[in-house]
Amino acid sequence: MTHVTQAPLGKAPATLAPTQPVSLRINGQDRTLHIAPWTTLLDALREYLDLTGTKKGCDHGQCGACTVLVDGRRVNSCLSLAVMQEGSEIQTIEGLGSEAQLSPLQQAFIDHDAFQCGYCTPGQICSAQGLINEGKATTEAEVRELMSGNLCRCGAYSNILSAVMEVVGNSKS
Amino acid sequence: MTLQTDYIGKPTNRVDGPAKVTGGAKYAAEYNVPNMLYGYVVSSPIAKGKITKIDAAPVLALAGVQQVFSHENVPHYAFFDRSYQDEIAPGGSPFRPLYDAEIKFSLQPVALVVADTFELARYAASVLYIEYEEVAHETKLSQHIDDAYEPGTGKTGYQPPKSRGNFGKGWKEGVAHVEAQFSHHAQHHNPMENFATTVEWLGDKYLNIYDKTQGAFNSQLLVTKIFGLSKEQARVVSKYTGGGFGSGLRPQYQLLLAVMASLELERSVRVSLTREQMFSFGHRPETMQHVALAAAADGSLTGINHFAVAETSQFEDFTENVVGWSGMLYDCKNVALGYRLAKLDVYTPLDMRAPGAASGSIALEIAMDEMAYAAGLDPLEFRIRNYSDRDQAQDLPYSSKALRKCYHEGAAKFGWEKRTAEPGSMRDGNLLVGWGMGGGVWDATTKPATVRASLDADGHLTVSSGTNEIGTGTYTIMTQIAAESMGLPIEAVTFVLGDTELPESPLQGGSWTAASVGNSVVEACAALGEKLLKQAQKMDSLAFKDVKIEDVQFANGQMRLRSDSTKAMVLRDVVQASGEGKIEAQNAKEKSKLAALKPPKYSMHAHNAVFVEVKVDPDLMTVHVTRVVNAVAAGRILNPKTARSQVLGSVVWGLGMALMEESVMDHRFGRYMNHSLAEYHVPVNADIHDIDVIFVNEEDDKVNPLGIKGIGEVGMLGVAGAVANAIYHATGKRVRDMPITVDKLL
Amino acid sequence: MNSFTFTQAAAVDAAVREKASHDGAAYIGGGTNLVDLMKENVARPTHLIGLKKLGLDTIENTPDGGLRLGALATNADTAYHPEVISRYPLLNQAILAGASPQLRNMATDAGNLMQRTRCYYFYDLATPCNKREPGTGCSAIGGYNRVCGILGTSDSCIATHPSDMCVALAALDTIVRVSGPNGERTIKFEDFHRLPGNHPERDNTLEPGELITGLDLPKKGFSENFSYLKLRDRSSYAFALVSVAAALELDGNTIKDARLALGGVAHKPWRDQAAEAMLVGQPATADTFRRVAAKVLENAKGYGENTFKIELAKRAIVRALKQATEMKEAVDTNAFLNSNP
Repeated sequence: MTHVTQAPLGKAPATLAPTQPVSLRINGQDRTLHIAPWTTLLDALREYLDLTGTKKGCDHGQCGACTVLVDGRRVNSCLSLAVMQEGSEIQTIEGLGSEAQLSPLQQAFIDHDAFQCGYCTPGQICSAQGLINEGKATTEAEVRELMSGNLCRCGAYSNILSAVMEVVGNSKS
Repeated sequence: MTLQTDYIGKPTNRVDGPAKVTGGAKYAAEYNVPNMLYGYVVSSPIAKGKITKIDAAPVLALAGVQQVFSHENVPHYAFFDRSYQDEIAPGGSPFRPLYDAEIKFSLQPVALVVADTFELARYAASVLYIEYEEVAHETKLSQHIDDAYEPGTGKTGYQPPKSRGNFGKGWKEGVAHVEAQFSHHAQHHNPMENFATTVEWLGDKYLNIYDKTQGAFNSQLLVTKIFGLSKEQARVVSKYTGGGFGSGLRPQYQLLLAVMASLELERSVRVSLTREQMFSFGHRPETMQHVALAAAADGSLTGINHFAVAETSQFEDFTENVVGWSGMLYDCKNVALGYRLAKLDVYTPLDMRAPGAASGSIALEIAMDEMAYAAGLDPLEFRIRNYSDRDQAQDLPYSSKALRKCYHEGAAKFGWEKRTAEPGSMRDGNLLVGWGMGGGVWDATTKPATVRASLDADGHLTVSSGTNEIGTGTYTIMTQIAAESMGLPIEAVTFVLGDTELPESPLQGGSWTAASVGNSVVEACAALGEKLLKQAQKMDSLAFKDVKIEDVQFANGQMRLRSDSTKAMVLRDVVQASGEGKIEAQNAKEKSKLAALKPPKYSMHAHNAVFVEVKVDPDLMTVHVTRVVNAVAAGRILNPKTARSQVLGSVVWGLGMALMEESVMDHRFGRYMNHSLAEYHVPVNADIHDIDVIFVNEEDDKVNPLGIKGIGEVGMLGVAGAVANAIYHATGKRVRDMPITVDKLL
Repeated sequence: MNSFTFTQAAAVDAAVREKASHDGAAYIGGGTNLVDLMKENVARPTHLIGLKKLGLDTIENTPDGGLRLGALATNADTAYHPEVISRYPLLNQAILAGASPQLRNMATDAGNLMQRTRCYYFYDLATPCNKREPGTGCSAIGGYNRVCGILGTSDSCIATHPSDMCVALAALDTIVRVSGPNGERTIKFEDFHRLPGNHPERDNTLEPGELITGLDLPKKGFSENFSYLKLRDRSSYAFALVSVAAALELDGNTIKDARLALGGVAHKPWRDQAAEAMLVGQPATADTFRRVAAKVLENAKGYGENTFKIELAKRAIVRALKQATEMKEAVDTNAFLNSNP
């Protein structure tokens, strides 16, 4: 029989860092939050701003479900602290289009049935938007590789590829 | 004549697509109810032993921490095992979270810290001091083969696999023989959405429970039984589920923790599991299998022997059908099948996409390939020679079986006839090319379900049932069926699901939802049609006087006579004339329940044949699956677009199982060590190349009125085996231990 | 994740002072590894010093004909920088073989050097790990060590450095520029990361409080003959089982100069200068490459689950050198074309 101790670091916890005002520009709107530095951009969106379109799949940068655009570039919002993003222009899935006015990528994802459960989908679409902004992918092989930061457990990859290829093609012409 | 409102069989876009692509679709952890607390689960670092001390005081002293729940302070809401048994609980004593000091598996929940914010709960959980006494655990299946036992039948519904004939005799009759061992580790479902429950406290123990589940009613059942709540008090809502694959068939412990915390604190509470904690509950069990085949000179199988040992927990007997399929897929008189369980210090396994069959078919399909080589036959020709026209396991004819078409159409599309048999004989430049095939069989099940159809005075049809949408397209196909049944444009139909206040539906699993709920949608619409006819007959219209429902057709927004389509009434007008806001009807669940009691006259199954091309670098032994053709016979296809997606996903799952997926346990700790999406590898976009899906024509008027068989699982069968066979064809290396990672090929 | 305070530093010296004045302070660049480690409670800083406002994100030519990568330039900006593509394509390939586009957009070049191992046990507080908690033991030895090292390991630790970018930086003779409480200094890339020895808790040779400010690439970029070959368990978004950075300078078929470094096999990017010396003057043939590969792996040690890496590394070296010689595949800015058949 062995004795095992969990959280031996759990001496009397230190005082906690206070909340502070953090101003974020999200989907063209300025929002001020009162949060401690330990709030990630992802949790700020989902838990404090009710922007739940951005998904938490792993919380460790290993799945891409939390992808948003910061200054037009795709990033994993789970690995960024909200305080680090003051002054940045953040765009989430809610800012890309709406049911009444779908973005070309959103429409292409529907047309190509590029999702099933839908949970990875906002991250896929934000990632695809980032890929188009980057302009580095034109061939199928390139799109597959550069969309590989977004896992889809339903396995919709073939359809994601066709949806993205359609919009990549249109954005070139 | 095709009508404008004929939708069944059309590649309709998903009706829930706009919600899913805009972030509007809400999943369990996304109901941000007011004044909500966050619970964070503390997981056990040991696999077996007991908790000897919890010091919660320093954590409780943190401003904003509301409570630390553990076995020390959670009341025993229920005492009997039956209270903890959900709809599909296997035999045994279900795990009770935070019930006592005992540790039964690594990552077991041992405490729930509840705080004002997620971040605070997470921090407090990380510093909660707990002491354990660890005792020796057993997690290695290979060391428990001798203790393996035949699971009990009794109340659990488990049916042991049926042997027939005399395998020993068949073995002797054969001139070619194959005998081999197969194995794979545990696998975890890892849906993209982590398990989570948001409990909204409405006062007086009335709760709205937003749960990640594949069965809202199953979650409700468990909550009412354990916590002594009425169904009215425990409403469970699950409008979208971010992937299931079986993981949500049993309610997971975060549901019970969230409800408990809500009742204790009289507050709204959310509990979300972390990705690491997604490795703390049910999984596809590790199996070790033995297959022996014998064949006569003409290639006909004279004997099949398939034996499997699978892991289960110490507290429940999880069973799945691993070997039974080997007694029905190919024609053979002498079949010996065996299945045993070994108890380990792990959580109880759980159905995972094509449970049992996915594991068993790898062994069978690789062995079939080995036998084809042993018998000097092409693997496809060998399977065709052993084609089974009758289900020999149940001794019943098939309601339909178009597997032959799958073989022929799949092979033609793939170009199988160009295959040269010799391993290593096909090349693309420097790369070794391998072509392999496999296939499988899966149950076509229909379960009782209830559906309500309601037409309002604006002519809008709302059809509802408490089933789930896990990505299979339930919203869409049910909308299609309802629109066609009532002859309405699809825009005039809404399908509502995922709420225990709706008519009851079975769990979303087993590939039975399309058939079960779909046929019930037809029944509910038929019942609605009768009511509409009666109302029409009350109205001042001679056209429908004395007309029977069989003589009426619902099409293009109208009810009209089949004999004379000019005799028609607009449905909206019928409802308006009734003076009620709506006319509604529900199908009779009892009817389908009774039907289920009758002994089956037919064996009802879906089949597939899959052809795979791999390219292997001859030096580095890296494998790429460059082409897959999957031909599926699954009755009538309701929506070729969403059905194709189901099969595409199944292929991806099969490739994952073949090449990369495994939950690797360090037996010294009794703990899965790759408990993250970085190290539990599932395929990424770059792994997936050309996948062709063929739905062969298969008409079946016996399986159920709509003639549908379900598509969510059959597509996965044979894929992993076909990959293994293709790798053998490319390299001459026969790998029987999945996944086939590069180290096994060097 | 523990509680911490956060400041955005305005200048390098201010950042260095800030670090010195706070116990338990840490610098944060892109955060891709640190925030992950904080969520796992592996890293528990009490104060974070943000570096985003320091600038240091430019990529500029140096007077001696080299290229200076700002410490805070992102991996993506570096990989796609025209000078990197044209003059240091090996670096371009290595960066693009790592992580995902999202992570490369966040991660900084200095952060790439600072990332910690991906050993399963390092990340799991339920298991002993000398790197995480010195003196507790190495669980990977005798455990699930598929991802662990085969070269330069010790009885204390067999973890690997997970970077792809650093393998190319090692091959290219990069100089690391740092600022610290005692002023500025430079560190040869080879000397930057450590072998585990008895102190696996120390990944590198930075002194307390030192901050990386830039990476200097020398003039010679081997843009004619190079290859970054990465072998992993899936086609993308996975750490290397083995990776090889190979760069050659050829005179006809004779090797005039060579660089060879491996990833996924050691506690640091594994540059083998003895092997490079063996290559020089030899014909660029499979025979030569096989002899050199055998030499590189001569002292390799397998630990069971990872023993296959020895053979895999040999074959990967031969292939990478062959690719560098032949340059048959079109040199594409996307490395995957070279690593996938």
